[in-house]
Amino acid sequence: MQEIDYQKVEFEYRRPPELDSGTVTHRPVVVVGAGPVGLSMALEFPRQGIPVLLLDDDFRLSTGSRAICFSKRALEIWDRLGVGQRMMDKGVSWNVGRVFFGNEEIWSFNLLPEPGHRRPAFINLQQYYAEGYLQEHAAQNPDIEIRWRNKVVGVEQDESRVRLTVETPEGTYQLTTDYLIACDGVRSPIRHMLGLEYQGVTFRDRFLIADIKMKAEFPSERWFWFDPPFHPGQSVLLHRQPDDVWRVDFQLGWAADPEEEVKPERVMPRLKAVFGDRDFSLEWVSIYTFSCQRMEKFRHGRVFFAGDAAHRVSPFGARGANSGVQDTENLAWKLAFVMRGQAPDSLLDTYGEEREYAADENILNSTRSTDFITPKSEISKIFRNTVLNLAKRFPFARALVNSGRLSVPATLYDSPLNTPDSDAFEGAMVPGAVALDAPVARLEPFDGITEAAKEPDPRQADAWFLGHLGDIFSLVVFDDGRPLPLGSLKLPEGVQLKVIVVHSPEHAAEAKSRLSAAGNPQVTHLVDVAGHLARRYDARPGTVYLIRPDQHVTARWRALDAGKVHDALRRALGLGGNA
Amino acid sequence: MSRLTTDLNLAAPDDFYEALIDAHRGLTLEQSQELNAALVLLLSNHVGDLLVLKEALGHARELALGGAETTPTA
Repeated sequence: MQEIDYQKVEFEYRRPPELDSGTVTHRPVVVVGAGPVGLSMALEFPRQGIPVLLLDDDFRLSTGSRAICFSKRALEIWDRLGVGQRMMDKGVSWNVGRVFFGNEEIWSFNLLPEPGHRRPAFINLQQYYAEGYLQEHAAQNPDIEIRWRNKVVGVEQDESRVRLTVETPEGTYQLTTDYLIACDGVRSPIRHMLGLEYQGVTFRDRFLIADIKMKAEFPSERWFWFDPPFHPGQSVLLHRQPDDVWRVDFQLGWAADPEEEVKPERVMPRLKAVFGDRDFSLEWVSIYTFSCQRMEKFRHGRVFFAGDAAHRVSPFGARGANSGVQDTENLAWKLAFVMRGQAPDSLLDTYGEEREYAADENILNSTRSTDFITPKSEISKIFRNTVLNLAKRFPFARALVNSGRLSVPATLYDSPLNTPDSDAFEGAMVPGAVALDAPVARLEPFDGITEAAKEPDPRQADAWFLGHLGDIFSLVVFDDGRPLPLGSLKLPEGVQLKVIVVHSPEHAAEAKSRLSAAGNPQVTHLVDVAGHLARRYDARPGTVYLIRPDQHVTARWRALDAGKVHDALRRALGLGGNA
Repeated sequence: MSRLTTDLNLAAPDDFYEALIDAHRGLTLEQSQELNAALVLLLSNHVGDLLVLKEALGHARELALGGAETTPTA
């Protein structure tokens, strides 16, 4: 099958019916901006039973590769949305980064040193592929309407709704919505229309991106050079993308002329210095400066900001698009509960609290990386170079080398939705953490551990723990051989709960015979085939985890107590304590 | 509560001072700056405790500013 050239795809503008009817139609939710964040946002709503309208002022996908590193967490979210495998099939997976100083390798890191994860730390994939796959997935869904060349030019809101004025090639129309989500990028017209701004730092440095097509045998790793002989005094980053495309990112310094530096006669000699006489051709060239900034509040009444519209970071660390996709998963289920009347409006404030916290973490990491890569003062540069020199000989200094701290999801330690631990636990799965993945097998037809079962096929969603979580709350119980008191579970009104019982491989046969008599079809029984779940969750027989629709741990106990589960669910929905 | 030792902790203060000055002998100011940076990094790692390091950084900065700025780091 001939692959689509996603950079050339043009979407058809269709005359909106409002232009002829003259009526103001009402939508439950409108998303603006069909980038990776807006498309991910739109894909969430039909899963919650809510139709969505997506407006975009353009009629094309991303021009140029732009964002290329998509994180494990973004992939896991796209897995839940049903489009992750396509990204994987096309993307270049990588876990290892290497840092060079001059000619010498001084540091390497493996972002996923442990087996038992469905997805790698990162894939590299041109933004137009990510957007193309998301768009095709959305186009198949009758509950997602995308209107291209529909530009929002006016936004007003009162207590009950948001009124939008939309401009098309054939005139303007108005519509109203309960909620508006602005995923309209760094220059966010909606942010400007509401008179809102970013706050933060802009860095005085310029970087040149040259994406080139080249056959090369370099491994699929992230290579970062400080002061290499082929680009003295500055840094260079090399990344592999699909289709034999390589991302080369040159630091140029603040004095560089942005108009001149993108010309092929300037770019080609820089590339030849790196790659010598290899055959390559230019795919895309861009020059950029960057900022670490965010809006003070991501929620303004009935208008929500997500992705670059709400926050921006330097590219070192791949924390831009990846954090934007995480914004959308945080907002979707909260809006759904509020729209169904099952949670108070104040739940929506926690979107801001949680994602502003995550944005601060991203901005902090990104700012620190940038300070290392682009030292702001003479003494800062002396320390930086001294760290690099020390790193050649001393292990401690390697940990100080900062070429980008790569995107991992924020742990929402202080979220008001968490139920603080009342029992003792070790490890990373604290309330507020994103649930870690692990290989699993269904108890039926499980018939014993094989080596293959410990590392199942990543294409097989139900062979992985995260494949069983999401969209609704999950209660995960580690089997202790006793019957589950599910009859005593009382749920807050309208709340659905998926119950998952995890069995150790040693007890699987016993559990099978025990459960076949009293099987409850509402419960999913999984075998922890490699023991990763028990270890990663510090679980003992009887341990219970309550996991949010966005796969964040929200409460955990050493034993199942129906009253505590009920209270924790109410808390996670912003409904307060007992009721 | 102060965690940084500011009472004498060197067994042979004069020996240390001589070694410090000797280490810089014959270096340009630029090389000396590099030496100092390396020394700070090596010793900071040895100390390890961030609270102690921040306290030392605070005193050092105060001194550099001629006492104009008090408690610059927390």
